[in-house]
Amino acid sequence: MSSTALHVVTGKGGTGKTTVAVALALALAGRGQRVLVCEVEGRQGIAQLLDVAPLPYEERRVASGLGGGEVFALAIDAESALLEYLDMFYRLGRAGKALDKFGVIDFATTIAPGVRDVLLTGKVYEIARRRGEKKDTGPQYDAIVIDAPPTGRITRFLNVSTEVAGLAKVGPIRRQSDSVTAMMRSDSTRVHLVTVLEEMPVQETLDGIAELTAAELPVGHVVVNLVRDALLDEAAASAIDEGSLDAEAVGAVLSSAGLDGSTATTLVAEGRGHLERQALQAAQRALLAESDARTAELPLLDGVDLGSLLDLAGRLREQGVA
Amino acid sequence: MSPSKSRTAPAAGRPRSQGRVVASRDAAGHLDVDALIHDRSVRIIVCCGSGGVGKTTTSAALAMRAADAGRGVCVLTIDPARRLAQSMGLTELDNTPRAVAGAGADGGSLDAMMLDMKRTFDEVVESHATPEKAAQILNNPFYQALSSSFAGTQEYMAMEKLGQLHGQDEWDLIVVDTPPSRSALDFLDAPERLSSMLDGRFIKLLLAPAKGPARLLSAGFGLVTGAINKILGAQVLSDVQTFVAAFDTLFGGFRQRAEATYALLQAPGTAFLVVASPEPAAMREASYFVERLAGDRMPLAGLVVNRVHDDVTDGIELDEARAAARRLRGAGETETQVAELLDVHVERLITAAREQRERDGFARAHPGVPQVPVTALSTDVHDLEGLRRIGDLLARTGTPQG
Ligand SMILES: Nc1ncnc2c1ncn2[C@@H]1O[C@H](COP(=O)(O)OP(=O)(O)OP(=O)(O)O)[C@@H](O)[C@H]1O
Ligand SMILES: Nc1ncnc2c1ncn2[C@@H]1O[C@H](COP(=O)(O)OP(=O)(O)OP(=O)(O)O)[C@@H](O)[C@H]1O
Ligand SMILES: [Mg+2]
Ligand SMILES: [Mg+2]
Repeated sequence: MSSTALHVVTGKGGTGKTTVAVALALALAGRGQRVLVCEVEGRQGIAQLLDVAPLPYEERRVASGLGGGEVFALAIDAESALLEYLDMFYRLGRAGKALDKFGVIDFATTIAPGVRDVLLTGKVYEIARRRGEKKDTGPQYDAIVIDAPPTGRITRFLNVSTEVAGLAKVGPIRRQSDSVTAMMRSDSTRVHLVTVLEEMPVQETLDGIAELTAAELPVGHVVVNLVRDALLDEAAASAIDEGSLDAEAVGAVLSSAGLDGSTATTLVAEGRGHLERQALQAAQRALLAESDARTAELPLLDGVDLGSLLDLAGRLREQGVA
Repeated sequence: MSPSKSRTAPAAGRPRSQGRVVASRDAAGHLDVDALIHDRSVRIIVCCGSGGVGKTTTSAALAMRAADAGRGVCVLTIDPARRLAQSMGLTELDNTPRAVAGAGADGGSLDAMMLDMKRTFDEVVESHATPEKAAQILNNPFYQALSSSFAGTQEYMAMEKLGQLHGQDEWDLIVVDTPPSRSALDFLDAPERLSSMLDGRFIKLLLAPAKGPARLLSAGFGLVTGAINKILGAQVLSDVQTFVAAFDTLFGGFRQRAEATYALLQAPGTAFLVVASPEPAAMREASYFVERLAGDRMPLAGLVVNRVHDDVTDGIELDEARAAARRLRGAGETETQVAELLDVHVERLITAAREQRERDGFARAHPGVPQVPVTALSTDVHDLEGLRRIGDLLARTGTPQG
């Protein structure tokens, strides 16, 4: 591999972006890759998920020994990125500190629209271009996974050069943003959208795909998360629909198995509820299928720990996301 | 229950403080939402919570129920989903409350509006500055960025609008939705962030770089402005300077108004409802928020646990259901189908137990804060009927599915 692959994970809030980003990093590492997973929103979601100390502005190894690969994690914040940037380009050692003292950094990164995003993505760009220790060894990381902002903001976040177009016409921020945008649009980048099978998130996902496509940003997979497995097979489903599997029939089986037959009514009602939810899921799945995007599905697990992350990682690999 | 003083100070090993709790519980110990909306001394209800938990839905449903119960209600919604907005007649974005057709009974009525933050900001500027000065501010690129995209402007303007609506004195209950921010705390903190930015040292320096003690810093200041010009381009800084000079005389008024609204939130006629989904992150946020309300002496009504899935407690128990499913599977056609039904039951029990754990955890940390669960409906809530159903669930007078 000659360049660092970039996986951007977006999605509606709370659908599982952080979980999927980390699972994807583990999946890639499982293929023997050296992977960096970054977060950019100052929430320490990765650290919480992996149950490690808060991540600094410095890459830390968080997992290794999975099929020979390694996962590093990094929390990128705009303030540190700006200080680092000033230091690199202007050798603003002391003046950089002065900037901090005047509250300028806060000011510049929150007020000038787009500057924050350029700083965050600029850091990713810098890392993606790094080479390994030895000469000619290729990139330092095989892949970078970004736990990115939600769908509503993702296009602006990745398409930074448009965002800062109104700002400085020349100068380093402008140059930087053009390079970042070029990287985001390149073949080595994939933007994955995490969703759940509900109305609003699915609609947002479809809108997001259209927006990304219009901005020439490469859409990767739609990762459908929190999928509830079908527990009733076709025979049971139609038996409930037709009414042949009713309280009486169920009650008889329960009694013969030594259980309380009077709970049959509840069980049948629960079965109907399950079928109804499955039908709603299916309807949303059909909507997603109308877009061209490839999809992968992850089940709703009972809690998320390292074991379940590895389970999700395996499923992402099987479905070709990693 | 009457509002009482802050009960217990936070102490190790003790339940954490929950400050003033203003609502009562029903016979089953749940938050009594009907008692809250029938209490005419309650004039403002604020629905807070982390992103996507159901703040907008809860505020609209609550406002609807209060109007149906005879109160003159105004609901201030923020970014409602398109279909919900349409069903409430919120098609015109004119930043003023409009009557919702089909809502209200017993002399009650419902007006609804959705916040237009930029317009609210513009209107404040226009009403506090001379026309020339207002025009100068409104046309300033920096102002335009600030009023349409600064993180915190929405919260600030929600507070501003609440202050305005309250001042109009046309409604006897105002229900307030809060912006879709990550953390519920943003609603309380963001206005302060914006105003301290506008009031900040840096802005002061921009205004008068060579006066008073700032003179001593002016060498450093030159470096700073130099760096900003290099990075952002000189235009940005000069836009900011123009804006700050024009805005300076308005600033005091802005701050005063924000402070007045903040005080309104602490007043006895206000009640906060915290909304959370039964998941660790949302419940953690709810917990922080409850503690913060206590710290700020803001009156709390209780916690709405929204989108609870499987509120099952009856039927066959978990282990028994699992064992029976194992025995029955493959023993015959109907037996296998019953085994599958038992699988469904087991899944529901597991979900219910997980959600209950979250609710119990919160209850242990905040024993004085009443909760009410709201079942997840099988579809989105996007019409008045849906809002009424959520209202029924909030007041525990309805059945989950229909
Ligand atoms: N497949 C899954 N099975 C069970 N729980 C899951 C699964 N995926 C995510 N979760 C849980 O759902 C919640 C939200 O997930 P996560 O934090 O990854 O979402 P997010 O999109 O990053 O949220 P935010 O928008 O707040 O950053 C977490 O509690 C997580 O443990
Ligand atoms: N009890 C419920 N059952 C089913 N759907 C619900 C329920 N409560 C809310 N929803 C749906 O969940 C979605 C999010 O709800 P809502 O918009 O009220 O959340 P919010 O907290 O206001 O979100 P944001 O933080 O984005 O403003 C909506 O589509 C709404 O219809
Ligand atoms: Mg996250
Ligand atoms: Mg909302």
